[in-house]
Amino acid sequence: MATKIRMKAENVNFYYGAHHVLKGINLEIRNNAVTAIIGPSGCGKSTFIRLLNRMHEIVPNARLEGRILLDGKDVVGSDVDAVDLRKRVGMVFQKPNPFPKSIFENIAYGLQINGVRNKALIEERVVDSLKKAALWGEIKGRLHDSALRLSGGQQQRLCIARCLAIEPEVILFDEPCASLDPISTKKIEDLILELEKDYTIVIVTHNMQQAARVSDYTGFFLMGELIEFDQTEIIFKAPRDKRTEDYITGRFG
Amino acid sequence: MPSLDCKKLLSGKFISRRNKEKLIESFFLINGVIVIVILAGIFILLVKNALPAFKEVNFAHFFTAPIWNPDAYEQPTYGILPMLASSLMVTLGSLVVAVPLGVGTAAYLSDVASPRVREIAKPAVEVLAGIPSVVVGFLGIVLLGPVLARLTGTYGGLTALNGSVLLAVMALPTIISLSEDALSAVPRSYEEASLALGASRWQTVIKVKIPAAASGILAACMLGMGRAIGETMTVLMATGNSAEFPRGFLGSVKTMTSTIAIELGEVAYYTTHFHMLFAVGLLLFLITFVINLVSDIVFHKHTQVQG
Repeated sequence: MATKIRMKAENVNFYYGAHHVLKGINLEIRNNAVTAIIGPSGCGKSTFIRLLNRMHEIVPNARLEGRILLDGKDVVGSDVDAVDLRKRVGMVFQKPNPFPKSIFENIAYGLQINGVRNKALIEERVVDSLKKAALWGEIKGRLHDSALRLSGGQQQRLCIARCLAIEPEVILFDEPCASLDPISTKKIEDLILELEKDYTIVIVTHNMQQAARVSDYTGFFLMGELIEFDQTEIIFKAPRDKRTEDYITGRFG
Repeated sequence: MPSLDCKKLLSGKFISRRNKEKLIESFFLINGVIVIVILAGIFILLVKNALPAFKEVNFAHFFTAPIWNPDAYEQPTYGILPMLASSLMVTLGSLVVAVPLGVGTAAYLSDVASPRVREIAKPAVEVLAGIPSVVVGFLGIVLLGPVLARLTGTYGGLTALNGSVLLAVMALPTIISLSEDALSAVPRSYEEASLALGASRWQTVIKVKIPAAASGILAACMLGMGRAIGETMTVLMATGNSAEFPRGFLGSVKTMTSTIAIELGEVAYYTTHFHMLFAVGLLLFLITFVINLVSDIVFHKHTQVQG
């Protein structure tokens, strides 16, 4: 298993106004691996993952202390452009959020804003991304239909394809299956395991079985603190902390 | 005489609760009906007074004659084309100015301005809507007119261009306010999706938010247009009111509204000219009615998509 560290949170404290949401988080995200973040609602897991591509900045009154590193370089400093970071660290959201445009345009958008003008290249990348996201077989021939006509699971895979098209290095999944049925969930999970070969993946989930199924490493968050972080197998079979054990055995949460 | 206290009447001491409900219900029903009756009444009044005009003047003449000259010594002509063209020119001219400016301002307010700026700017825009049209027209005569005259080398500056710019100012509040509402109603998830793909704020506004709010913005522009085409006092004061067929934006024009306002005060009642002015009013009414109807349909389509 690859063990190179890709991203790293160092002494991260995060505040919404006076509310101290994340407390002293230290966490390493390894290359070409799936890192799962689990924990009960409101524990700060979604907040944490949004720091990794600076999506927290669109909310007013948010304040971050500590460092977030990508390949050893701080990405939160004022000398780093959030736009550049987000091209390298893509994100898939909890609720599928395709644009109210066609399937093709949804994927082409990310390329166009990045200055890709070559039509043939765009077309090639659109098809390629849809194939990688395991959606091509279902929608080929309907590329110019509205994305909003797809089912929820298809929409989510479209969002993944959209993210893949700009060739990020890290992909953040924020509870990607929270609004999907079990079959769609299975497809997304299979996809994540497939993508792991080429990308570094972080997934937030409230579903512990999902974390166990797809991840190599798992971090357990509780009330804004990272209680325990280790290989997924260890977290689920031999957690060191009593609270982790209580949570994964379903005693609370 | 014992005073009949309304409160007591409604409190149920004199009438049962059920009757009270009915009373309130019919009160609101009457309110709703009154509005419709007024609308229908205006329409009927216009039609009734406009129809006699066409006993003497041919319908085709009304729409094709190139001159409006009711006071001609030999053969009065009642061609609506010059004033229809004037109205459309001034209105479309105002939209050319107001739409980019209005949508741009709306985008600024919804996506760029700090909450503090927005708190000041939004009410300011709404105050702009409250400026009496005669005051705007006044500014057109004493301020904008001379400036435009100097810039364009025309005499006096009371031109279609002057009217267009002033109407743009008057249509702006409607366009800004409703466009801003439409932009703010775009789901945040679209914005997040765009930003997460590495789009800048402006790219997100221009390529995602404005297209997603397009129908709301279109409705806003059409309502602004409805406001502009029906506006009277400002154009009356600013455009010079020459009855000729408009020669361009640097020439003087006389719109439908101005014509009615100027001539109806002096015309002899129940003459052809009098009825003709009603016909002009009827056409104006139909134009604004269609504009409002279309924008309403567009806007509802917009809210349905969002919902």
